[in-house]
Amino acid sequence: MTCESPPLLARKRPVGPVPKIVLARAEPIAPLARVALGEPKLDGALGGGLAAARLHELWPAQAEDAPSAAGFALLLALKAAGDKGAIVWIEQQARQGRLYPPGLVELGIDPARILFVNAPDEKALLRAAGDVVRSPAPGAAVIAPAGPARLLDLTASRRLTLFAEASGTTTILLRTADPQAPSAATTRWRVAAAPSRTLEANAPGAPAFTLDLLRQRGGAPSSGWQLEWDRDRARFTPLSRDLAADAGGEYLAAG
Amino acid sequence: MLAENIWRLDRPKILPTRSVGRGTARSAVEGQNPAALSLPLHQPAAGPPPHAAHGEDLTPVVFVEKLNNAMRLTALSQGAIALGLTPDLTLADARARVPELVALDRDHQAEARLLARIVAGCVRYTPMAAAEPPDGAILDISGCAHGFGGEAGLEADLVRRLKASGITALCALGDTPEQARALARFGHKTGNLLSLPVEALEADPAVTLALRRAGLKTIGDLARRPRKMLAARFGDLAIRLGRLLGEQDRHISPERPLPPIFALRRFAEPIARVEDALACLEELGREAAQSLLERHEGGRRFVARFFRSDGAILPLEVATGHPTRDPALLIRLFREGLDALSDPIDPGFGFDMIRLDIGQCETLVARQDDHLAPSRHAEDLAELIDRLSVRLGARRVHRVRPENTHIPECAATVCAPSNAPIWEPAPESEPPMRPLRLFDPPQPVGAVMSEVPDGPPMRFTWRGKSYAVMRWEGPERIAAEWWRRRDRGGKPRDYYRVEDAAGHRFWLFRHGLHEGGGTPPDWYLHGLFA
Repeated sequence: MTCESPPLLARKRPVGPVPKIVLARAEPIAPLARVALGEPKLDGALGGGLAAARLHELWPAQAEDAPSAAGFALLLALKAAGDKGAIVWIEQQARQGRLYPPGLVELGIDPARILFVNAPDEKALLRAAGDVVRSPAPGAAVIAPAGPARLLDLTASRRLTLFAEASGTTTILLRTADPQAPSAATTRWRVAAAPSRTLEANAPGAPAFTLDLLRQRGGAPSSGWQLEWDRDRARFTPLSRDLAADAGGEYLAAG
Repeated sequence: MLAENIWRLDRPKILPTRSVGRGTARSAVEGQNPAALSLPLHQPAAGPPPHAAHGEDLTPVVFVEKLNNAMRLTALSQGAIALGLTPDLTLADARARVPELVALDRDHQAEARLLARIVAGCVRYTPMAAAEPPDGAILDISGCAHGFGGEAGLEADLVRRLKASGITALCALGDTPEQARALARFGHKTGNLLSLPVEALEADPAVTLALRRAGLKTIGDLARRPRKMLAARFGDLAIRLGRLLGEQDRHISPERPLPPIFALRRFAEPIARVEDALACLEELGREAAQSLLERHEGGRRFVARFFRSDGAILPLEVATGHPTRDPALLIRLFREGLDALSDPIDPGFGFDMIRLDIGQCETLVARQDDHLAPSRHAEDLAELIDRLSVRLGARRVHRVRPENTHIPECAATVCAPSNAPIWEPAPESEPPMRPLRLFDPPQPVGAVMSEVPDGPPMRFTWRGKSYAVMRWEGPERIAAEWWRRRDRGGKPRDYYRVEDAAGHRFWLFRHGLHEGGGTPPDWYLHGLFA
């Protein structure tokens, strides 16, 4: 089918540059929703839970803690997304191995919900992240740059925060180094692995984290939180060494 | 200017353009039909074209090939023909006659590339364009000529464009492809079909020779004979004759299949701003969307082609995960695609035609919006995926799908984001048995110490750091898939989940078994737990 038309002569419209993204908002933002993580004391320290539709930053305490930080980021994304929508995992490159879908299943995250996005470089990562966070479609997004991410400065994090506020997409930024970098994130966490509760026959147990809440907007920092991920109930629980023997018994009974 | 770039591309210095491009094209059409464009760059049988000598560069240039153990001339420039050189002459003889001869090696691949560029450029006249290797092209211009002031105008435009790039084309118009081809190659003297030589049938040389011996020298001689006799004596000659005379029509197969829907716009003068071109593309998108709406379809693959006035064609392709006919979305995707180009689109002296092809359509039923829902169109995930795919490349946006295998690194594969794979949830009350991060290939670890040879690792070194194992579980033995492997072998792996004092959890395996007297098996780190 041909759709030939007279040449475009008389009706050449002036075409301006691509409109810039306007950061000023006319509509009022929805009241801040909070997602309870499951640990009452930590939720209290956070003012009711993790703020949804905001930007949160995570650092591994050491290089070896990177998998723990990635796991904690994904679990936060899972909590924030709830039952709604996809979780977008935007990664620059897999230096510490690739994200392993059966491992996600083991954390209680359905890999089918995860949309994997690989960015070739930091600039592409930021652009993709901007698009994802601006879109209301995904439930949550995890952004994992590979290196120190110099482009991710105060302005970039401010943009991401504003996008997240407008779209309602909770955004977790998984940094690798330099926790002193300026940032507009709502909360900033330092994540390390914690020794897990020992199971029967000296086996390692459920994922456990040591968390330091380095900063939170409108709240006090706190540190030394030890959490364990309870996959079956999909929530965090306080990690307590005393329970170790009983927990082993529980697993023994279940097994 | 169509081919100018190509000459520069292939032979940057040697060819000055005009002298060698004794291309030929000839086109013939009457009634409804194909025009053949043949480019006998190297076909002296066609004889010198009529306007050979007027102000042309007459440097004798020949192309040589090794045939029958001798370097022979296979293609000649007009200057060389004017000096009396003929094909099949050996290079030594030719040099003896014409000492100033410029001889070049013949490059068939470059010729094929040139021809492909020319055929691609002919898409501006008709989508039904096909190459006739080695040196011709056939265009089906039925119903396409009105934009150029008739068939003669189209032919003139084609010849002008080719000439501007140094190719003399012989064009002919005919009712069938064979007719046009024969007229282009053999009819430059008379233009009359019946007076063409029998060689124009391009039958087997033995057949042609037999015809000549029988005194049948022209197509007219053959046409007057009963066909049955010809068929009985010469096989497919009757079919060739029928096609040549326009009694049978063999349709050409175009280089590119026709897209079901397209929209194009030509400009009276080239537009040089990319923004204007995109605005035009948006209007084309709207026109195409109207056509799609009438067909109750949506497009999945869209190709915009920007025809530059110097003959270059710049294609830009976008694909969507779901059928769509939203021009605004389309133009957004094209902008993304434009941004993602490694070198931006260069309008040069401007675009004189823009064409939008919708290569793949699927049914898309119109549906009514919910009037209670907010009118602002919220971008859904599919649109987000399309945008990311266009910008980053389709392979960089994906989902994962489980595979039915025990080998850990093969247990998940990448699939398109539109899929919805089904993953089984993990069993309850179990700690994670698979790591969050997987190394592929596994990373070797050193200095593994175990209490007993087959026991769990008690201490290991990875990336220069030593780790003491505090908690461990294992082994979980995963055998090699001998039924899939060519050598029917492969070592089993014994996997251990281990945790060090600080709480870092690792997935280690021992590759192979301890066997008496042999070297101990190697250890690898396959993954890291959260």
